[in-house]
Amino acid sequence: MVIQALIDQGVEHIFGYPGGAVLPIYDELFQQEKVEHILVRHEQGAGHAAEGYARSTGKPGVALVTSGPAATNMVTPLTDALMDSIPLVCITGQVPTSLIGSDAFQECDTVGITRPCTKYNWLVRDVNDLARILHEAFVVATTGRPGPVVVDIPKDVQFATGTYHPPKKRTNGDIASSYMGYRPQLKGDPAAIREAVDLIAGAKKPVFYTGGGVVNSGRAASQLLRDLVELTGYPITSTLMGLGAYPASGKNWLGMLGMHGTFEANNAMHDCDVMICVGARFDDRITGRLDAFAPNSKKIHIDIDPSSINKNVHVDIPIVGDIGHVLEDMVRLWRSESKQVDKKALASWWKEIEGWRARHCLDYRANNDVIMPQYAIQRLYQATKGKDTYISTEVGQHQMWAAQFYGFEEPNRWMTSGGLGTMGYGLPAAVGIQVAHRDSLVIDIAGDASVLMTIQEFSTAVQHDLPIKIFILNNKYMGMVRQWQQLLHGNRLSHSYVESQPDFVKLAEAYGGVGLRAKTPAELDDKIDEMIATRQPVIFDCQVVNVENCFPMIPSGEAHNNMLLGESVSDEEVANAIGEEGKMLV
Amino acid sequence: MNAQPAGSAYFFASSSEEPVTHTLSVIVDNEPGVLARVVGLFSGRGYNIESLTVTETEHQKHLSRITIVTTGKPMILDQIKNQLGRMVPVHRVTDLTDTGRPLERELALVKVVGRGDNRVEALRLAEIYEAKVIDATTEHFVFQVTGTSYKVGEFLDIMQHLGMVEVARTGVAAMQRGQEVL
Repeated sequence: MVIQALIDQGVEHIFGYPGGAVLPIYDELFQQEKVEHILVRHEQGAGHAAEGYARSTGKPGVALVTSGPAATNMVTPLTDALMDSIPLVCITGQVPTSLIGSDAFQECDTVGITRPCTKYNWLVRDVNDLARILHEAFVVATTGRPGPVVVDIPKDVQFATGTYHPPKKRTNGDIASSYMGYRPQLKGDPAAIREAVDLIAGAKKPVFYTGGGVVNSGRAASQLLRDLVELTGYPITSTLMGLGAYPASGKNWLGMLGMHGTFEANNAMHDCDVMICVGARFDDRITGRLDAFAPNSKKIHIDIDPSSINKNVHVDIPIVGDIGHVLEDMVRLWRSESKQVDKKALASWWKEIEGWRARHCLDYRANNDVIMPQYAIQRLYQATKGKDTYISTEVGQHQMWAAQFYGFEEPNRWMTSGGLGTMGYGLPAAVGIQVAHRDSLVIDIAGDASVLMTIQEFSTAVQHDLPIKIFILNNKYMGMVRQWQQLLHGNRLSHSYVESQPDFVKLAEAYGGVGLRAKTPAELDDKIDEMIATRQPVIFDCQVVNVENCFPMIPSGEAHNNMLLGESVSDEEVANAIGEEGKMLV
Repeated sequence: MNAQPAGSAYFFASSSEEPVTHTLSVIVDNEPGVLARVVGLFSGRGYNIESLTVTETEHQKHLSRITIVTTGKPMILDQIKNQLGRMVPVHRVTDLTDTGRPLERELALVKVVGRGDNRVEALRLAEIYEAKVIDATTEHFVFQVTGTSYKVGEFLDIMQHLGMVEVARTGVAAMQRGQEVL
């Protein structure tokens, strides 16, 4: 019944790991060919792979694991998916209903443990509820603000026979949830949309601040965003999660904003008079010091989740609705009323922005002997540009460099753990992406520390013939931790140096993949080309300079217009950049 | 702009606002775990619960009504309502304090042990507060007192001095005035 429900929901791939309490479902899986199962090496890997699958396709990712430790291992990816609004359906086995609560072997209170890290979850006690709950799980995961759900199925319910109902047909605009209270609002309030359009048209120093919500809303939403930017000629920046919704080569693009965003993007945010926030949530990595956040601006906030509105920052025009629907209405209104922008003000605003851009905030000290990490990303970008490429990352300096130096032209091409900041996300996510896009080039831009957290999933890639490329910027440190220790803790590098690293090339070979290594800028390009040409999983050990810092940076506790820039900053300035109060804030 | 520690989101946004107490009525599907979900939201996000009551109110429709009295700055109260409202099994969140002065009642059982003057005084005051004696021996009374939380609190303060040894309170049940229905 479980497999039938998955098939009826259009599921083609699931990521999982078998175990005692889920064997009946695995037995069914064995006897069919419609759903392909990807065997991971750790349940966390199944979760992140499903996330990568979901993020790169727009479809829900599905994971299947057993009870107890498997369920607890899923907590990290579930939380990750909740923070980044990724639709995930996780099916867990549970001990038989008669044993629940008895501390049985491999029992844990799965719905209790996962309650705060899912959008919703269910324990199925009666087989006759199973079909309804499974279909409901897909509805809840994929509608409204997407998120992870868990369906916990006791083993006796898996063995039982009951009546199966196919999913209710969804008509356009109908959520079709059996929960009467669950009706996410798709259309925005017309009065608010009109007010917003008027405010946008009258702006003198406007900026679009967009986020992952645009990507989640689907390709049409990204196109509408591009239309609106084109119509207005306004500058646009984006959060980490929103990269690709507007092309990095677009003429209005300012680069990413936030803690490691560009000088021009952050200063535009700080000085703007109208901020149009589209599917972003005013996260603390974005806003910096709140009492100095865009102090002279009127703010419009479009979000499908009412609880995101006025959470951290007070906004003047909130619009609750799906980004695609709201942008469609805005663009239509703009066109039908032939709205005109203040061309003179806009020209002088762009001039101001060009002044900030002229600071070349992403510049770094070039080096002919050792590979600079930024240079490595630039070369990787040049080598893969124009190819059908998907990028995932781990978490840390490499992630920020990838966001800064890799140009994303399309949505759904960039998979990273933004909200939770999960080291070890990128490798399993790459596995999931490659499963969805067998012939595409899938690269995990990794750090040497992060990648070791889920390195075992390389074995999954080898088994399932998934030619993922793990491009490690190897500086032998937990680079971001080291950078913070330098900034905050007198450069006392407490336990952020990895003293015994594996030989990544031999490691790749041990798993049955291919290992490559580059030590100098001179050999980098050839090695990258070799990596791309290899039709097997590759671990690329790119040995970069050890103690480079990730700049520009808004030190914590500071405002957008108080950035540290890489080129100009002295070691002493770095050491004193964060005041005593700022040190309390991570 | 202000003296709050830099960068701390909630502090700044609410710094000029005073905390207020509101009573929320939340209609939910009576599913397993719903109460845990609501309580978990409050503890997980650091919201206050002053009082919480929950019971199934419409058996046919499997609906329960949760009444929550909570204190926070206005921005946080809006957050609480929005966070509750987006939960899958939640039908409706109504801020009864926003819609007018709600009717709020609470019931307490109060055990008072003693003899002599204290005992006479306790009984006399119970009459003033319209508390009923629902159990008694020559050594004790159990009073049942109903009313606003304020009135119940007052009664308890007095009984404190007259041999009160045990209290059980129900928490607040609340409803809006007038003929409108939630």
